[in-house]
Amino acid sequence: MTTKLFGEPVHRREDARLVAGNGRYLDDLGADALAVAFVRSPHAHARITGIDVDDAIDVEGLVAIYTWEDLPEGVREPLPLLIPHPALTHGRTAYCLAKDVVRHVGEPIVMVVAADRYIAEDVCERIQVSYEFLKPVVGLENAVEGPNLVHDDVPGNIGAHMVQEVAHRDGRATREVIAAAPHTLEFRLDIERSACMPMEGRGVYARWDADDRSLRVYSSTQTSTSVRMAVAAKLGLPLPKVEVIAPDVGGGFGVKIVHPWPEEILVPWAARLLNREVKWTEDRREHFISSAHERAQVQHVKVGFDDEGRVLGLDVEILHDHGAYTPYGIIVPIITSTQLLGPYKIGSYRVEFFSVYTNTVQVTPYRGAGRPQGVFCMERTMDKIAQYLGKDRTDVRAANFIQPDEFPYDQQMIFQDGRPLIYDSGDYPESLRKLKDLIGWDDFPAMQAEARKEGRRLGIGVGCYVEGTGVGPYEGGHVQVTSDGRVHVSTGLTSQGQGHETVFAQIAATELGVPIEKVSVVTGDTRRFGYAVGTFASRAAVMSGNAIALACRKVKEKALRIAADALEADPADLEITDGMVHVVGAPSASIPLATVAVLSNPLRYAFDEEAKRATQFATGGSMDRPPVAEGQEPGLEGKDYYSPVRSTFASGMHAAIVETDPDTAEIKILRYAVVHDCGKMINPMLVEGQIHGGVAQGVGGALYEKMAYDEYGQLLNASFMDFLMPYVTEIPKIETDHLETPSPLNPLGIKGAGEAGVIPVSAVIAGAVEDAEKIVVDKMPISPSDLYALRDSSRTSGAVSLLRNTQ
Amino acid sequence: MTTLTVNGTEYPLDLADPRVTLLDALRDRLDLTGTKKGCDQGACGACTVLCDGRRILACLTLAAQCDGREITTIEGLESHPLQDAFVRHDAFQCGYCTSGQIMSAVALLGENRAGTDADIREYMSGNLCRCGAYSNIVAAVREVARHA
Repeated sequence: MTTKLFGEPVHRREDARLVAGNGRYLDDLGADALAVAFVRSPHAHARITGIDVDDAIDVEGLVAIYTWEDLPEGVREPLPLLIPHPALTHGRTAYCLAKDVVRHVGEPIVMVVAADRYIAEDVCERIQVSYEFLKPVVGLENAVEGPNLVHDDVPGNIGAHMVQEVAHRDGRATREVIAAAPHTLEFRLDIERSACMPMEGRGVYARWDADDRSLRVYSSTQTSTSVRMAVAAKLGLPLPKVEVIAPDVGGGFGVKIVHPWPEEILVPWAARLLNREVKWTEDRREHFISSAHERAQVQHVKVGFDDEGRVLGLDVEILHDHGAYTPYGIIVPIITSTQLLGPYKIGSYRVEFFSVYTNTVQVTPYRGAGRPQGVFCMERTMDKIAQYLGKDRTDVRAANFIQPDEFPYDQQMIFQDGRPLIYDSGDYPESLRKLKDLIGWDDFPAMQAEARKEGRRLGIGVGCYVEGTGVGPYEGGHVQVTSDGRVHVSTGLTSQGQGHETVFAQIAATELGVPIEKVSVVTGDTRRFGYAVGTFASRAAVMSGNAIALACRKVKEKALRIAADALEADPADLEITDGMVHVVGAPSASIPLATVAVLSNPLRYAFDEEAKRATQFATGGSMDRPPVAEGQEPGLEGKDYYSPVRSTFASGMHAAIVETDPDTAEIKILRYAVVHDCGKMINPMLVEGQIHGGVAQGVGGALYEKMAYDEYGQLLNASFMDFLMPYVTEIPKIETDHLETPSPLNPLGIKGAGEAGVIPVSAVIAGAVEDAEKIVVDKMPISPSDLYALRDSSRTSGAVSLLRNTQ
Repeated sequence: MTTLTVNGTEYPLDLADPRVTLLDALRDRLDLTGTKKGCDQGACGACTVLCDGRRILACLTLAAQCDGREITTIEGLESHPLQDAFVRHDAFQCGYCTSGQIMSAVALLGENRAGTDADIREYMSGNLCRCGAYSNIVAAVREVARHA
């Protein structure tokens, strides 16, 4: 059958335009638009005492200069706090343009509109902002210790405090269980800041149609529908008068789910006010200092376990750095707290986090969104238990696994979607078996010993994770078959390189039985689909994939009913193959789907030969029934939504072999292996691509990436020259194997795959470096200098003793 | 008046503002938007184009420096085998770095430096791909190099 495309490694339909340079990204649009640049704070914490534009106003080509004072009601209020939570007692958000106090370097203060970006930046340089300096708060522990405050009205800089505890089944509290455990360990872990760093930064382009009183906004966003609602609300426009389109987007990785960004409000506002097209394209330095970062946490861990390495009690305290503002609430530390549990049955668990303000760029989700930190914590814990007991690291993990017959498995916590943390399916022992085979785990000690003889230091590491994917509340799909036989699919969520045009077409082609060439897919365009949530949390395939499948099933049911009338057959005897509706087993009794589409729309007027078949004197239907039967609609189209009861949980396990240089302390990844289970795969080639990309970003976080803030809150490495990311020379070949345990929660049995690759990498590399060097690695990323310093300090302190019982 | 020759076509260019980079000239004045701006600091390679056959970073090159030179951009490739190989090997995701990757690889083939995978990695190491499609980029370049 030629139309079974689900599960096939179909080449991407996006690619032809992208390899030819014909993609349409935000800055490729609006050639005639005015350009915007911003004066941004050079100080981490200061009160604005004056803004002097005298030197700027004569610059030729200047169109407008705006400060907070110029903003109208709606635009001048603080930006929304997108995800409120009872534990976020002191949530704070920024203004579109700073009102009186700036709280991080890069906060926008003045907006300049000019004929082009060169002129706009010239104007910015001539604007003098004067400041009264305030004490900056930098570093998590400094923030907690005080006395300086990021926000005057947030005592101790604590934005949120949350405790979740799952007591032992005998009712004892976690700390009680740990105190009574046969063995205990206590340690501290540190994870640095990193950031999404999509190759294309943010950008907004707006056109006001004065005749129509309507606004069209293009944004490099992960959620066009939500940007639309925010713009309409802030500008006081009726929703139908605002349309928002995400064009080709050059990567997101989380940062573009935050909305509305100040620029997403200011640019449309200025476009309407000036009645001109206006565009702002973020430059790289702006992206570093004015968008968002993630990851930074300090974790204090206590664990109690038995002789087999089974965790009886785990107590984790987390300091989470959320930067200067909390527009995205406390989703990241909630995910850390809950996904920390991984594939394990933990006897009792207590997790407490403090989400802390600092005078740095705000923290919002970056691919993995808190999971890499949680997994780092749990997997370091597993490694330490193994080392303490003298056991194989994989055996300790296996001793704690949830077993395949224990699903659905209730971790008895509340997940990031406000729903119970119940794992739907998985097979963790089988994943581990496959991983050990793939990397050659059991053969490694011999290889390591052999290398040792040559003076080479090799180490192996392993990391396991479970990832809640496909979070609600919903997505929708619309499918229309037109009289030319083409199938038009749309969904509201956006695309940033995942290949949605391909996988959604695969789903539609398979469900409807049409050639994929007949299917076109539109995402992220509110003109086509107005209700959506967005692309984040590995949710697009699960959410829109299933919604599109359900919409296709509606269309198919209708098509079979209409075709049954035409063929005088029973709908139950019909199927669609290659765009032809035919009687099962009798292909000659058939009617093209295109003709069914014609017949679905009773016509008075014929506009072409095909349409004649549906006109009022041609159809010859019953005179007792209306042409459009009761309960039916004209046209061969359908819309449906998928709203899951809760998330579906993908999982995976990674292993790496690294080599460390005895002299230079350079860390080289020799092999990297991944076993991944995202349920049924729509397109295995694209799943591999997602995994590769995630691992590459994970390697960045493990070995290279950190935001180097100085004590004054200046970001010292705000460029691609100083913030090191992996190039092709740093990423090894990634070996993969798959497991497909279908999700029972959705019709297609799929789970998300977008973030998976990044999640355990720091844990895996830390374990591998530790194994190579026989020293303790509790802080990531680890650079050659860090490793060199660790070697020095472990020589004096004695590394192994750090792993001994602290009681 | 400066004359840029891009993909075989001559474009007269009024550079009253002499700061205009080749990248901005291509994108904003010649409407050749296939060349991308990733960092504008010469560190990501997204703006890689060929100048008299050699790869250069258009963001670090002033348009005025290119007077009388032959510039080739992604729009100037005519069904180059690398474009097809990038598709078949799934060598990109968001596509934003892809023009630069392909132009860099085109030059690499011309330089006869795509001998081993390690060579390909070394000589493609100026092009950042945040989607991390590196393994497949190497595979695509390797395939075309072998058949060249």
